[in-house]
Amino acid sequence: MSKTLKNIDDVVIRFAGDSGDGMQLTGGRFTEATAIVGNDLSTLPDYPAEIRAPAGSLAGVSAFQIHFSSKNIHTPGDKVDVLVAMNPAALKVHRDELEPGGMLICNSASFTRKNLTFAGYESNPLEDDSLEDSFKVFAIDMSKIVSEACVDMGLPSKTVERTKNFFALGLLFWIYDRPVESTKTWLRKKFAKRPELVEANIRALNAGYNYGETTEIFTTRYQVSKADLPPGKYRNIVGNYALSLGLVAAAEKSKLPLFFGGYPITPASDILHTLSALKHHNVKTFQAEDEIAGMTSIIGAAFTGNLSVTASSGPGIALKGEALGLAVIAELPMVIINVQRGGPSTGLPTKTEQSDLFQALYGRNGEAPIPVIASSTPGDCFYVAYEACRIALKYMTPVLLLTDGYLANGSEPWAIPNIDDLPPIEVKFADTSNLVDGQFMPYRREKKTLARPWAIPGTKGLEHRIGGLEKEDGTGNVSHDPDNHHHMILTRQQKVNNIVQDIPPIEIFGKNNGDLLILSWGGTKGSCRTSAEELQAEGKSVSHVHLRWLNPLPKDLGEILIRFKHVLIPEINLGQLIQVIRADYLIDAIGLNLVRGKPISTGRINEKVNEMLGN
Amino acid sequence: MAEAKTIETKKYTRMDFVSDQAVRWCPGCGDYAVLSQTQKVFPDLNIDKENIVFISGIGCSSRFPYYMNTFGFHTIHGRATAIASGVKIANPKLSVWVVTGDGDGLSIGGNHTIHLLRRNLDINVLLFNNRIYGLTKGQYSPTSEVGKITKSTPLGSLDRPFNPVALALGADATFVARTIDRETKHLQSMIVRSYKHKGTSFLEIYQNCLIFNDGAFAPMTDKATKADKVLWLENEQPLLFGPEKNKGIRLVGYVPEIIELNGQYSVDDVLVHNEKDYVIASMLANFTYQEEFPDPIGVLYAIDAPVYDDMVEQQVNKAVETRGAGSIQELLNSGDTWDVV
Repeated sequence: MSKTLKNIDDVVIRFAGDSGDGMQLTGGRFTEATAIVGNDLSTLPDYPAEIRAPAGSLAGVSAFQIHFSSKNIHTPGDKVDVLVAMNPAALKVHRDELEPGGMLICNSASFTRKNLTFAGYESNPLEDDSLEDSFKVFAIDMSKIVSEACVDMGLPSKTVERTKNFFALGLLFWIYDRPVESTKTWLRKKFAKRPELVEANIRALNAGYNYGETTEIFTTRYQVSKADLPPGKYRNIVGNYALSLGLVAAAEKSKLPLFFGGYPITPASDILHTLSALKHHNVKTFQAEDEIAGMTSIIGAAFTGNLSVTASSGPGIALKGEALGLAVIAELPMVIINVQRGGPSTGLPTKTEQSDLFQALYGRNGEAPIPVIASSTPGDCFYVAYEACRIALKYMTPVLLLTDGYLANGSEPWAIPNIDDLPPIEVKFADTSNLVDGQFMPYRREKKTLARPWAIPGTKGLEHRIGGLEKEDGTGNVSHDPDNHHHMILTRQQKVNNIVQDIPPIEIFGKNNGDLLILSWGGTKGSCRTSAEELQAEGKSVSHVHLRWLNPLPKDLGEILIRFKHVLIPEINLGQLIQVIRADYLIDAIGLNLVRGKPISTGRINEKVNEMLGN
Repeated sequence: MAEAKTIETKKYTRMDFVSDQAVRWCPGCGDYAVLSQTQKVFPDLNIDKENIVFISGIGCSSRFPYYMNTFGFHTIHGRATAIASGVKIANPKLSVWVVTGDGDGLSIGGNHTIHLLRRNLDINVLLFNNRIYGLTKGQYSPTSEVGKITKSTPLGSLDRPFNPVALALGADATFVARTIDRETKHLQSMIVRSYKHKGTSFLEIYQNCLIFNDGAFAPMTDKATKADKVLWLENEQPLLFGPEKNKGIRLVGYVPEIIELNGQYSVDDVLVHNEKDYVIASMLANFTYQEEFPDPIGVLYAIDAPVYDDMVEQQVNKAVETRGAGSIQELLNSGDTWDVV
């Protein structure tokens, strides 16, 4: 029979299954194929904290969402158009987010009595009308089909069963007209030493593709044409990877060795993994005995003249707190990355949150100002990491960089930058020309930035001592003098304030004044931007400003805020930026605070804006 | 036989290592002795001064770096070993010295200490053990004896003390030694041995706190008792002690016992020290706190083992050799890419 080919603009697919079903991998392959087609895309992995919760349990459901489009998009999508549910638990967890009329593709083989009971179903939903009423349901015995496809291979049935995700992938490739060849190449490389696995997975992939092509169940294929992205060379990039490359880029541009000290923690560990494989870029990685040693080792490496970085998540940053104070008073350059996750305590380790802004701004004893920068998209992690390094080195200060679980694991198409276009990073170590009457003054500052000289061990004639005790301005000697202490407190604060001279003017998305301004920071940028686009298209007077620097805030922020009747600040916390804004600018900003371990949806922002505008 | 005297031209004198900062320990503190012996012996090490880094944590002894005219970093409580690790990995050419105490290195910083030892970075640790918290004015420490009456333990402390050298051995240290603040020559020689050891050297220094724990090591320093209470360790020499070196340690099976060389036993019955023997080192370490045995002073254990900072360097060099020096632009352009025109 003939199949219709339909052009659509925008699709959200969620692959969901048991932790062992390979959903992250399936999503990853679909993403690569989609990138090659040239769509704009945004992904959101959503995996459980347990490595392998009991098979078939609700706790063990792992999902991967991809939003792709022929238009420019900024979020992984609110509502799901296609749900692939590999077992009853996956269906149970995710069905509420499938759009009415959406496509539901299930592996019927896994809808056994045992799995159904485990997921809390009294009867098999594939066998009654409960799903058919709401969705287009495709119940396919994937296990049986892949076993038939591999029948002559003599592989253990368990091995064959594990290829069923490639069946699902092949089917989705067919439905959305994606190329299969790159996935086959990838399989050949991945299982180079196990040709039988290459063969079995390719057979499963083909079986899925052909299932769409030949059976009469699927009548329509969809085409999502290329997005109109700016010209350039592109790749798909995941946040933590982009961030790691940003650090390596800063090291190369500053001509400094990169030292990374850290301790494994979700969702930051991939930075350690990535960097540890890049030693040929003059990178040293140190997996320390704990978070404190991760932090203090980078203080040592910074003292010694390396570009020094650590990465963790909220609980680890809490442990690093005391040492951050030492970094502040020692005035050494380094970057501390917090890939935020759900808190408090162990909280939701694999889910996203923005609740560590206060921790970043204030989480230390004493007056210990640290510049805070936040990335806004997976690809932006590269630029923010680079900028954090640049500022740390220019101002001789620790810099805190905030990302979150969504940015860290999410991905998007990314125009590969030309390294020559990045701002220069110039580092000049102190030498004997810094001596004043034969004496080295470790706290004699550069006038414009207030940065102190970086005099590293090994430099003849510059032997000096620093430490955590308050120091006398200039000499750096221990001082308990009240006036000196007050002066040093003010000076360290002023140095951080001076970074404002490196922050470009704010770009307002929309009109420069009007009814409502959406103000965002970090990973909520995409939802806020989409919301502003949609509301502007409806003719509403809504603009959007996104903050990259949280400390210091851009100098033109105050004058912009007062030009709007309302200011809305959506955050995945109970209102942290909003307190800063209210305190600094005395404006009656309103918050939208949803702390659900997920990005805030565009729909919820739109609702809130409409409510505020009295619609 | 007269030794041929070599006249070395030393680059430095003691004064080159004296900083312009006034030393502020209590009069009579054992720390003075350690500082002054360090400053005296450092010219002998013949290291370029700019390549020396002293790192300390918090505690009385941790003021040490301010008084040494080298690079120095007085950091935070317990973290000196971790900060020193960062320094050494970042630049393995530096001569890195950690000054720490029984509270700093064994209590709040215990974790970093054991991990430094197992990794075996080429760092020298001087652990000043005064068996008390001095800077916070007299609470018991992790090396205080059970029943110690202090401000925080008016009814006596309940915790069993750490034995620093046994702890170091348990953490797979490659160099474990002990000395005493008042034994200036020995102290100097132990500093030199620590420096010469390639790998982490752990030197415990018995250090008297005049104010809060005076006499903590009196049996080992008082003239009347010292000969019986100190077992001076010399590699490949019999383990002898006593006023006339008339007592020795022998092994019965694996149990050590004290023998008197009075005719029944001769020096041939005495166990010979071997710095490379872990079993002997452990046995000696466990003499500490045992009333009937003398305290071992000297090098308990010294073996060669791969050095962490060297290996880090080698991995980087190897990676550059096999893959070529990385270019960020190439890395950015790698993977699946496509062009939008």
